[in-house]
Amino acid sequence: MQKRSIVPIVYILFLMLPIYWLVAMSFKTTNEILAGFSLFPQTFTLENYRTIFTDPTWYWGYINSILYVSINTVISVAVALPAAYAFSRYRFLGDKQLFFWLLTNRMAPAAVFALPFFQLYSAVGLFDTHLAVALAHCLFNIPLAVWILEGFMGGVPKELDETAYVDGYSFPRFFVVIFIPAIKAGVGVAAFFCFMFSWVELLLAKTLTAVAAKPIAATMTKTASSAGYELGLLAAAGTLTIIPGAIVIWFVRNYIAKGFAMGRV
Amino acid sequence: MKTENQKAWLFVLPVLALVAFNALIPMMTVVNYSVQETFGDNVFFWQGLDWFQQILRSERFHDALGRQFLFTFLILVIEVPLGIAIALSMPRKGFWVPVCLVLMALPMLIPWNVVGAMWNIFTLPDIGLLGYALNHVLGINYDMTQDPVAAWVTIVTMDVWHWTSLVVLLSYAGLVSIPDAYYQAAKIDGASNWAVFRFIQLPKMKTVLTIAILLRFMDSFNIYTEPFVLTGGGPGNSTTLLSIDLVKIALGQFDLGPAAAMSLIYFAITLLVSWLFYTLMTKDDLN
Repeated sequence: MQKRSIVPIVYILFLMLPIYWLVAMSFKTTNEILAGFSLFPQTFTLENYRTIFTDPTWYWGYINSILYVSINTVISVAVALPAAYAFSRYRFLGDKQLFFWLLTNRMAPAAVFALPFFQLYSAVGLFDTHLAVALAHCLFNIPLAVWILEGFMGGVPKELDETAYVDGYSFPRFFVVIFIPAIKAGVGVAAFFCFMFSWVELLLAKTLTAVAAKPIAATMTKTASSAGYELGLLAAAGTLTIIPGAIVIWFVRNYIAKGFAMGRV
Repeated sequence: MKTENQKAWLFVLPVLALVAFNALIPMMTVVNYSVQETFGDNVFFWQGLDWFQQILRSERFHDALGRQFLFTFLILVIEVPLGIAIALSMPRKGFWVPVCLVLMALPMLIPWNVVGAMWNIFTLPDIGLLGYALNHVLGINYDMTQDPVAAWVTIVTMDVWHWTSLVVLLSYAGLVSIPDAYYQAAKIDGASNWAVFRFIQLPKMKTVLTIAILLRFMDSFNIYTEPFVLTGGGPGNSTTLLSIDLVKIALGQFDLGPAAAMSLIYFAITLLVSWLFYTLMTKDDLN
């Protein structure tokens, strides 16, 4: 038992090394970084973080990202819930084909859609809004949410539905009061995955925004090219992009472990 | 088991509307471009299937496709067994379980361009931790901007770092769902570790592994941002994967027709391979 735990420890160390390096760099001055190799920051500085928190073009990047990711997560889970219920409880014309078609949208390379998306969202007047990015990310997040939720709903016995109807529940009331609480782990996991894939995606988010809704990741690439190699500042911005993800995963940590088991296993 | 009910379509309608808006309209735009030629000013000429023929015959496309298949093959061959092995050696309960899971999931929550940038500064020969260690401590001549092999090792390692945890998390979820009674029965029968794995653990992980393999296939086949930020497709064209090449043609050269034709071929290949995977892995369940 003791010997076995070496494997996960080594693996986690391997995962943490590049992250450590990013964090260490964020506390160094750009001069120190370029001057040569040092394992720990020699002249510890918070200057990089101060720049980000005082310059609106930087901190608005974070606010923009969090806004469209939140909108996307809410929309994706809200529309996926009834659809997943339909797939898990009923047979209807074209159900299998529809399910597969939904999944195919996860297979479309974002690079394929970049230009048409720009034209589409410009045409409907949503270009450079948070809603545009949130809606565009639905392309891959809704199919995933339907897939995850359908798996969790399959684990809930049908008797639950039938008992509720016998007790005189209407469908909407049953769905909200009984069914959703019964699969709340699944809702948590689905929301987590939607958050994750929307947070990490850049190509579409960058294509659909210019100034008003520009994501933090795009602010980083623009700075990299305009201000030369500001490595310390980039490292600090990168470090800050890890934090929202870390917070979200801490909330669902128990759902991740137990939650997956309630799904398709 | 399921009841027939055509009204279920109403439940699916919002999903259908949103996904169709995002999928069908852009797809039609791509199809439109793929059969036309333009010299700007929104003037288009009918081109038929010429672009498709041109792409299918072009050496550049064959090379990019070859690199893409090699990359995805390496990713699956490394990440799936490694992920299963790590999941098997993880504790099943106790304080460390959530800590392990959170730390392991962390790389997946980092924006993709940050992942690329992070690995870039991690591997810089003189000032990056890995680059410095390889060059100055181990004495290996390592510079991924010069050496194609080093560039490949780096992008594959980066992806293993980034996504192996997905396989770990899903396999682990399959493992914890196995009741203790199964293991006790195996112990009484005197089953070897291999037998326990082959006949108890693997079958229980099958569904989650199907999901993991499908997701890893789709995402590694469509990968763009991380290798683009890390290597920019170089040195030369050695790490120019399909998406990188596609963006080069579409936004770099603004050859919309060929780029659109290439998009459709690319999409068709992804679809076909995913369907093959899916059919092969679920064919036992159909009965």
